[in-house]
Amino acid sequence: MTKPRLATLAIIVAALAVIAFAGLSGALLNLMIFMMIIALAAQGWNILGGYAGLSSFGHAAFFGAGAYAMAVLQTRFGVNAWIALVIGIALGALVGAFIGFLSFRSGLKGSYFALITLAFAEVARILANSWNFTGGAAGILLKLQTGLPYLQFADRRYFLLITIGCVAIGLVVSWWLEHSRFGAYLVALRENEQAAQALGVDVFAVKMKAIAISGALTAAAGCLYAQNYLFIDANVAFGSWISIEALFAAIVGGSGTVLGPLIGAIVLLGLGELTKGLSGGIPGMDLLVFGIILVLSVAFSPNGLVMLMKSLGLRAPAKAKEA
Amino acid sequence: MYSPQIVVEALLNGLMLGAIYALIALGLTLIYGVLHIVNFAHGALLTVAMFMVWLVCARYGLDPYLAILVVAPLMFALGYGLQRFIIGPASHGKDNGILLVTLGLSIIIENALLAAFQSDTRTITTDYSFRVVELGPLLLSFPRVVGFGVTIATTILLWLVLHQTDIGKAIRAVAKEKLGASLVGISVPHVYAMTFAIGCACLAVAAGLLMPSFYVSPKTGAAFVLVAFTIVVLGGMGSIPGALIGGLLIGVVEAASSLFLGDSLGQIGIFLIFIVTLLVRPTGLFGARA
Amino acid sequence: MLEVKSLTKRFSGLVAVDQASLSVAKGSITGLIGPNGAGKTTLFAMIAGFLQPDGGSVSYEGRDITALAPHVRARAGIARTFQIVQPFEGLNVQENIAVGAYLHTPDASEAMRQAADIAKRVGLGADLTKGSSDLTVAGRKRLEVARALATQPKLLLLDEVLAGLNPSEIRDVLPLVRDIRDQGVTILMIEHIMQAVMNLCDTVYVLSQGRMIAQGEPKTVCEDPQVIEAYLGHGAAERLRAEQAHA
Ligand SMILES: Nc1ncnc2c1ncn2[C@@H]1O[C@H](COP(=O)(O)OP(=O)(O)OP(=O)(O)O)[C@@H](O)[C@H]1O
Ligand SMILES: [Mg+2]
Repeated sequence: MTKPRLATLAIIVAALAVIAFAGLSGALLNLMIFMMIIALAAQGWNILGGYAGLSSFGHAAFFGAGAYAMAVLQTRFGVNAWIALVIGIALGALVGAFIGFLSFRSGLKGSYFALITLAFAEVARILANSWNFTGGAAGILLKLQTGLPYLQFADRRYFLLITIGCVAIGLVVSWWLEHSRFGAYLVALRENEQAAQALGVDVFAVKMKAIAISGALTAAAGCLYAQNYLFIDANVAFGSWISIEALFAAIVGGSGTVLGPLIGAIVLLGLGELTKGLSGGIPGMDLLVFGIILVLSVAFSPNGLVMLMKSLGLRAPAKAKEA
Repeated sequence: MYSPQIVVEALLNGLMLGAIYALIALGLTLIYGVLHIVNFAHGALLTVAMFMVWLVCARYGLDPYLAILVVAPLMFALGYGLQRFIIGPASHGKDNGILLVTLGLSIIIENALLAAFQSDTRTITTDYSFRVVELGPLLLSFPRVVGFGVTIATTILLWLVLHQTDIGKAIRAVAKEKLGASLVGISVPHVYAMTFAIGCACLAVAAGLLMPSFYVSPKTGAAFVLVAFTIVVLGGMGSIPGALIGGLLIGVVEAASSLFLGDSLGQIGIFLIFIVTLLVRPTGLFGARA
Repeated sequence: MLEVKSLTKRFSGLVAVDQASLSVAKGSITGLIGPNGAGKTTLFAMIAGFLQPDGGSVSYEGRDITALAPHVRARAGIARTFQIVQPFEGLNVQENIAVGAYLHTPDASEAMRQAADIAKRVGLGADLTKGSSDLTVAGRKRLEVARALATQPKLLLLDEVLAGLNPSEIRDVLPLVRDIRDQGVTILMIEHIMQAVMNLCDTVYVLSQGRMIAQGEPKTVCEDPQVIEAYLGHGAAERLRAEQAHA
């Protein structure tokens, strides 16, 4: 099938980095950081929901695990930000393994899996909201201290670069999936679990790996979120908004593709800002547009924007030849 | 730590709130049983129904219970249209497609309401909102007693519709054997849409029963959706008696856990039941279908 | 090589397989025949680990494998095809086969190369980039076999790979099956088409209503009155005779 080359990915990442230093206004810089964070969360969702076909409605569980690890470790234990980042990512993988172990042992998939992930995220949200250790309902405020060791920068372009770097890692992970045995196994079990088993695929183990990687990537997004906004509470970190945006970006962009989540995040959030601007700040208009785009893309472009662009791109020369 | 009377009262009130939960779950389980789809927009549609009830009452001074008679046909029509013209065609009949389309719809509805009504909560006060019914030494909330009664009546009505009317028979035929039903000339898309419509009409009844003692905001339905799913899963996806009993059970559990754990942690009880049921017995207490 | 001892499987009241035993010698082609609904596919599913038996045991190369998961059995060298073909719809022919090849190599280009070789061997060499849904019935059956072969099995379970093929397609596949055996793969095959059974099998087992009612060389089994009896109810006796005359 149509797989992007590593060189293409390198060009895209380089282009993002160039844009970062092209003199964006503060607001645009912030938007771009947010786009990269959502893209990263969506890349995580895509490993499980796109490649393995296990749609999760609860990726907030991983995002929140990362965000809270980042906040709690730094504020309560004085852990260095970079180490907190690594622990946060590992925690995301661990939470993934926990949810995965329970769900996949019982053979949950389809809507059952979507619902149970949602329930796990909600349980996490309620717990974080009522537990003093996690700051309860008041949330956690991170200390402002700029400098490389603190993973905070006076010049926000450097933080943007870090988020771009993480997205680049996400791209490489997806690229690797499309060129590896593990990725082939993921797609095989998405398409037909029984047939995959017959060919010697340990579907439980493969799913466990997938949810751990997926959780790690989305947790990384949560870590960056906490570090960027320097404040989190249960509704931000474990709220359904992030489960939804991760899923939307991946599906609208093209689930099960390397570039889908990135393209989806840029398009969705770009459109969201546009509608916010046009509607004069009426609440909910951006999400309203997201919802409409999701329904339209499921209806008319089930393979996402990536494939839509490809098929348009392929059709155009064909027409030219006919003429 | 609580006197037995308080505990019993709380549990009974929970039981009666559970009846309204059951009514919400009834629509969901009916739709699942026939269409075999998980309607993620169910909570958002409940919000729509509650706003309709609120509008009818606030604008025209109608009693919320009477408003059901106005809102139910509207919700019926809305449900029919949604399934027939949006969910059905847009999802291409794929499970994942349906899940995503109904998720998209729920977000559209929720945020359209947010844009139209802002995030304020709205209530209707009636002179019976805080009235209590005395049952021996126990004090029960009047709106909940009414809710309990109407739920039972609605369930019986639904049973009669399913077993005594032509459309009911068609619905049951499609649920059992879609292909066979279409071969004998039943229009499956029509039956699907009718089922969805009936499910939405149930929501109108639930909305009318909730409004005298509850509030509505664009996010209200979202709070109910996992509860409704818990009930449906607990009772067995597609099982109507299961939904009824599951609803009552969840009402009691919620009352007990918020009595003993406090309101915010109390909700956890429901989610844990949901998770454990899915993990241990995904066919539910009454469902036979895997 | 494979030893099945009094396997039993019940589906809520119905006894699909009833104390059936069979054994497959290394290097042989063994047939399993029987009327529709006899329980053949169910027996296969238990041998490959997709269904847990209610009684009895399966041993393979002298080891009891009754409790092992399907993928473990596949790794031990047991491959099966599905009567109702189960391709990976989103993948093309070569990628489908590569999933099987990955069992013995983690390397993507090596797996794809092996997949192309196997595709050529089963006659799908020209269809590598076709989607599995674009194949003909015969093509999909070949794909089933190719995927199983890609796992480099020692024991291959074929479930009605000839059903739905026209006579000329059948004539093309017969040498393929023999060729696979000649490469050292032991074969156990379910087949309705007697021409093929007579042609290929060294030993035949007959399953009827879950019970193993006969076994032996194809010729003798076909003349067994009990076997003809079992088929008669389904009008298969005539078919059988007609096909024999044909062959
Ligand atoms: N999962 C199942 N649940 C219930 N009954 C089943 C199941 N699988 C098979 N059966 C029943 O078990 C019996 C044996 O089925 P099986 O598919 O093994 O027969 P078969 O010999 O392969 O037939 P055919 O020649 O038609 O392929 C049949 O009556 C079938 O209806
Ligand atoms: Mg069979």
